[in-house]
Amino acid sequence: MKLTCLSSGTGYQYPPCHILEDVCGFRILLDCPLDLSALSVFSPVPPDNGFVSDGESSHISARDCYDKEQEIRKRQKFGTPLHGEDLIHDELWYKTVKNLHLWDPSSIDVVLISSVMGMLGLPFLTRAEGFSAKIYVTDAAARLARLMMEDLVSMNMEFQYFYGPRESGAPHWMRREELELLRPEVKEVVVGKDGSELGVWMPLYSLADVMDCMQKVQTLKYAEAACYNGTLVLKPFSSGSEIGSCNWTIDGPKRNITWLSCSIFASKHAMNFDYDALRGRDLVLYSDKQFLPLMDEVQSNDASSTIPSKDLSDLRCCSADKDDWKKLSESLLSTDEILEKEKLDFICSCILQSVQAGGSVVIPYNRLGILLQLLEMIPVLLESLAADVPIYVISSIAAELLAFTTVVPEWVCKPRQEKMFSGEPMFSHVDLMSKRKLHVFSAIHSPELLTTWQEPCIIFASHWSLRLGAVVHLLRRWGGDANSLLILEDGVDADIALLPFKPLEMKVLQCSFLPERRLPKIECLLKLLQPKILVLPDDLKEKLDFSNPSSDKFPVLYYTEGKTLCLPSSPEGSVDLEIASVLAERLVWQTLEKHDVMYTRLEGELVMEQGKFRLLPGIARADSHLSKTKEMKTDAG
Amino acid sequence: GFSYPDTDLDLDLLQSVTVQPPAPTISLLNSWLPPSPVMGIECLVLGAGQEIGKSCVVVTINGKRIMFDCGMHLGHSDDERYPDFSLIDGSLDCVVITHFHLDHIGALPYFTEVIGYNGPIYMTYPTKALAPLMLEDFLRISVGRGVEEKFTADDISACMKKVTPIDLKQNIQVGKDLQIRAYYAGHVLGAAMVYAKVGDASMVYTGDYNMTPDRHLGAAQIDPLELDLVITESTYATTVRDSKHASERKFLKAVHDCVVAGGKVLIPTFALGRAQELFILLEDYWERMNLKVPIYFSSGLTRQANIYYKTLMSWTNQKIKDTIALQNAFNFKHGTTCSLHFSVDNFCWCRNVNCVVSFDRSQINAPGSCVLFASPGMLSGGLSLEVFKQWAPSKVNLVMLPGHCVAGTIGHKLASGKLTKLYVDNNSQIEIRCKNVNLSFSAHTDSKGIMDLLKFLSPKHVMLVHGEKPRMSILKNKIESGMGIKCYDPPNGGVVKIPSVTVHVKAQTTDSFAKSCQSPNFSLSRCSTSGAVFSTDLTSPLIVSEDRISEAILFMDRSKARGVHKEELELIGSGEGKPQVVLYGHCFPIRSDNLTKATGRLGLSGNRSWLKVLALELSHLFPQTNVQNMGDFLQVGSFQLSVCLNQSCTRRSSDVPGVHATTCTYLCCSWCMEDEKLALAIISSVRNSL
Repeated sequence: MKLTCLSSGTGYQYPPCHILEDVCGFRILLDCPLDLSALSVFSPVPPDNGFVSDGESSHISARDCYDKEQEIRKRQKFGTPLHGEDLIHDELWYKTVKNLHLWDPSSIDVVLISSVMGMLGLPFLTRAEGFSAKIYVTDAAARLARLMMEDLVSMNMEFQYFYGPRESGAPHWMRREELELLRPEVKEVVVGKDGSELGVWMPLYSLADVMDCMQKVQTLKYAEAACYNGTLVLKPFSSGSEIGSCNWTIDGPKRNITWLSCSIFASKHAMNFDYDALRGRDLVLYSDKQFLPLMDEVQSNDASSTIPSKDLSDLRCCSADKDDWKKLSESLLSTDEILEKEKLDFICSCILQSVQAGGSVVIPYNRLGILLQLLEMIPVLLESLAADVPIYVISSIAAELLAFTTVVPEWVCKPRQEKMFSGEPMFSHVDLMSKRKLHVFSAIHSPELLTTWQEPCIIFASHWSLRLGAVVHLLRRWGGDANSLLILEDGVDADIALLPFKPLEMKVLQCSFLPERRLPKIECLLKLLQPKILVLPDDLKEKLDFSNPSSDKFPVLYYTEGKTLCLPSSPEGSVDLEIASVLAERLVWQTLEKHDVMYTRLEGELVMEQGKFRLLPGIARADSHLSKTKEMKTDAG
Repeated sequence: GFSYPDTDLDLDLLQSVTVQPPAPTISLLNSWLPPSPVMGIECLVLGAGQEIGKSCVVVTINGKRIMFDCGMHLGHSDDERYPDFSLIDGSLDCVVITHFHLDHIGALPYFTEVIGYNGPIYMTYPTKALAPLMLEDFLRISVGRGVEEKFTADDISACMKKVTPIDLKQNIQVGKDLQIRAYYAGHVLGAAMVYAKVGDASMVYTGDYNMTPDRHLGAAQIDPLELDLVITESTYATTVRDSKHASERKFLKAVHDCVVAGGKVLIPTFALGRAQELFILLEDYWERMNLKVPIYFSSGLTRQANIYYKTLMSWTNQKIKDTIALQNAFNFKHGTTCSLHFSVDNFCWCRNVNCVVSFDRSQINAPGSCVLFASPGMLSGGLSLEVFKQWAPSKVNLVMLPGHCVAGTIGHKLASGKLTKLYVDNNSQIEIRCKNVNLSFSAHTDSKGIMDLLKFLSPKHVMLVHGEKPRMSILKNKIESGMGIKCYDPPNGGVVKIPSVTVHVKAQTTDSFAKSCQSPNFSLSRCSTSGAVFSTDLTSPLIVSEDRISEAILFMDRSKARGVHKEELELIGSGEGKPQVVLYGHCFPIRSDNLTKATGRLGLSGNRSWLKVLALELSHLFPQTNVQNMGDFLQVGSFQLSVCLNQSCTRRSSDVPGVHATTCTYLCCSWCMEDEKLALAIISSVRNSL
């Protein structure tokens, strides 16, 4: 079996992407994301032109005019600080996974999706010629991903309106001479560090592509087993990071694999990380990189997020008495909870300050869970303020998104399930909307918005790249207001992202929305899963220590982006075989002299069912099979 | 030393000589083969045996004991009301409840809080959400009638806290051996059929199910499964129901005729399920016919409908799901558009809210015609009975019984036409003059549906519960004669034992066995109906057979069986064709540069020096063993290790990390079975250290 890391990703927004080869002869693609942070090299639609009226000529002239202007500016300003005009003024293209296009789509047998973000690039793959893989995704993630993709398509329309119909062939900025003119910061994003990534840019898929993709997807419920080709049994278990996000187990006759994606131990909204179900596998592939930037942060002197050292020592010692599962899981959950609460409290206090000063707050949301939690916390704060500050959610899919969260009790955390069982809504936004404290609009120019509009206000809008959607218009409106506040998530390169809006008076708060998974915890978890082989990203080589003699030793392998890693089969090399007792009874045995050992030649028919080799008495099997097909036929008739 | 007489084992020789195994090996064999008689499945029927009510079956599958449903009998008020739990011998591994109807869950609080069952309880999300409402409702009515129940409201909430909610198709592992899984049953919101498996024995308990979709629920859905037993309900064991359309028309006509004549229509239903379906039907009709007659709901229903449709929508049928998805969003956007007693949110599935009003007792005798949905169904008490007593004496009124009424209830008497007078209390009675219509709107499958399901699953045995005795025996005969499946219909307290036939014994095989099995060696032949193996008749089905399995040999020692590919082992015989020692082999690569480095440190070079280094390494790693360097190979007990130069070595394993063919050296090992543990330890340590 071989593992190739196509892209190690950047975290939640751009999860890693891997290919597993020869899993019992099949090739499995793990996730198919889009690098949306790369959108920052483009300039948003210019303000004055907004929605241009009809007429082809004006569009084309707009483009031409920008092209020329841009070129002049670039030449003049080479060597000066980066300016908004240094960005690419053209229709948005999207950056797909960098090494995926090197693989023949038709050679992929199975695609496993771990999260909504891991699915955003899928329509590019499903429309590829020859693609015929089976795609497995949880029902909730599929639903959310469809919404996200539709949102992306609808936001992207604005660019199409502005720049007119798409040119055939590569856009002008992809030309060699144009690339040379790009500023190094921009160029690095466009062509990648090693200059190999120009080929991964694609114009966005269409709504039809999204629909087509959704039809090819097979959705699974929580812990439902899908059996691929009788050989691989695939099961999703909640990863805790989002509604519908999951870790997968892949059980074959030769080996059991756990693929750990971005996981959160205790979630405030989604079903908790189910690690119990992941235990006792031969191989654990840990692809979560999200904590890495956060780690550095903790090591530096960020006062708000340092953990009392007591907690850490607790975690360290818990690995010693690892039989005590309950104690461990409690300690895994508790620290997360405190930290996340602190972080959100801090965000809320900043929001409050702004609003009190008469400024508005823009929160480009990207994580559903954060949206839901802030929607619960902010109204409580506003209550204390006694001021009437409305909360708006503006997105083409906001209404459907919020409605969806009320109908997935199977994927929300236990306390919210309890609410449902006692007849209350699982999330408070239902109440807020009926009390008219929360308003949901599909677009910034919707007439309902104009009639209810009130400032200061708190707005959740997409998109977090600050290039698409309502956020762009809101930043232009409040960019000059020093009392207003923009809340950005970590992982967005704020320098480039904010360029088009400069000079910016508005306050910007950039923070991590995610509870940190600190290394001792991960170490602890991986030790508890007790794999026979552990596979980790190479960044962790220095940071995690598995040589601790007190723990049971298991080999640890490290993968590197762009490289293929061979995964050893377990040394015992043993595969389970089930022999029908009817058959076992009629075997004729021989004995070896001097040894208490017997042997016999096997007979019968070997079948592969539910990932297991079974030896059945051949003829009888054929008969029962025939009779069964006959019955099914008569049924159909 | 050892001799290697024939590396290629003469397999036919193995077959030709039949030697009776010596005594110790017989016992060895016996411990491997399944015990005879095999354990199988044992069912103890505690309720719903040859009757309808208090469904409860305790099934023991290969030693694991599950209780399916824990219902109460609404037709009894004495001890007969509850299943006789004292018949259970030993402890239960889990309880699974199929749906929230009282005859399936009614005894659960009693069982957990009074009897003291403390193990896991599983039910679907909607069942967990709605069951407490049903139980509390029941308790309220009982208290209203002055009946002392065996459990309290506190017991209900304590009991529900112990319940683990499950999703459809979710695989639940109970303990180490028992696996359960729920399938959509359609009967009411959240109804499930339950699949349970222990070892090789598996079964399905259907609970109540419906094979035809209705206006708010889909039809039952299940995967094709290999089953030893199906326990199915048989409420309509002999009836083939009219088409849905006909009964709907009949229902609408009866209601229409009554309200046009100025009468009042009483529809006694349980809070959830039928009420919603009939309401959707009526509402549609009202809009079409432009009727203004009010439709009332007894107030208890509204709160329930609230949770019901808002959160658990994904458990209804596809059509509702689609429309609700939009309307939920719509409602959130516009808030309340209805100025009546409750907001649109409460009835977000109702498009024309103006005609729906909640109902209180003061309106019972208000003039004018109306339609009232009141709980409980079957007129077994509460508001529906109270209203019935008021409305029954008038000829223009109509009582609509949409479904089966349990024997012993007023609904049952009314439906069978035996009810002309009813005692209101001890000394006054009323005459029943109103019309009554009993329609089979029941969400139970009919006999065709039962047969369809059984045909689809084709289990080895069938057990009927939840039906009336005479009809069940007719269905039983039909199943046995028509499908050739053994069928049982035990009474309450009865026990059915079923041997499990799909038993497997476990063996382990080596990697190369699996590999050789993955590259098939097919041969095709046609089988003809006449019995001849080869036939030119092209219409006969094509049979695929393949020979790879006969290349494998099964070994057994100390009750552990191991399948090995013939090329993997060597037999070392005493000369007369009778092998004595079996050698297993494994050939694996290590990085030669590491090895060269190590030899360089010792100032040596060449293949032989590698062995020296390895010998040193091994004696360091395994100090308690005697590592001998024999020049060409190393020997530890029967374990031998040598540098392998044969590129096509049959023992060679291919996939090893970070090793490329050009930079590695292969080490070939062999060992006797008794030294296997040592061999594997040596191999993995050599691999890890180099």
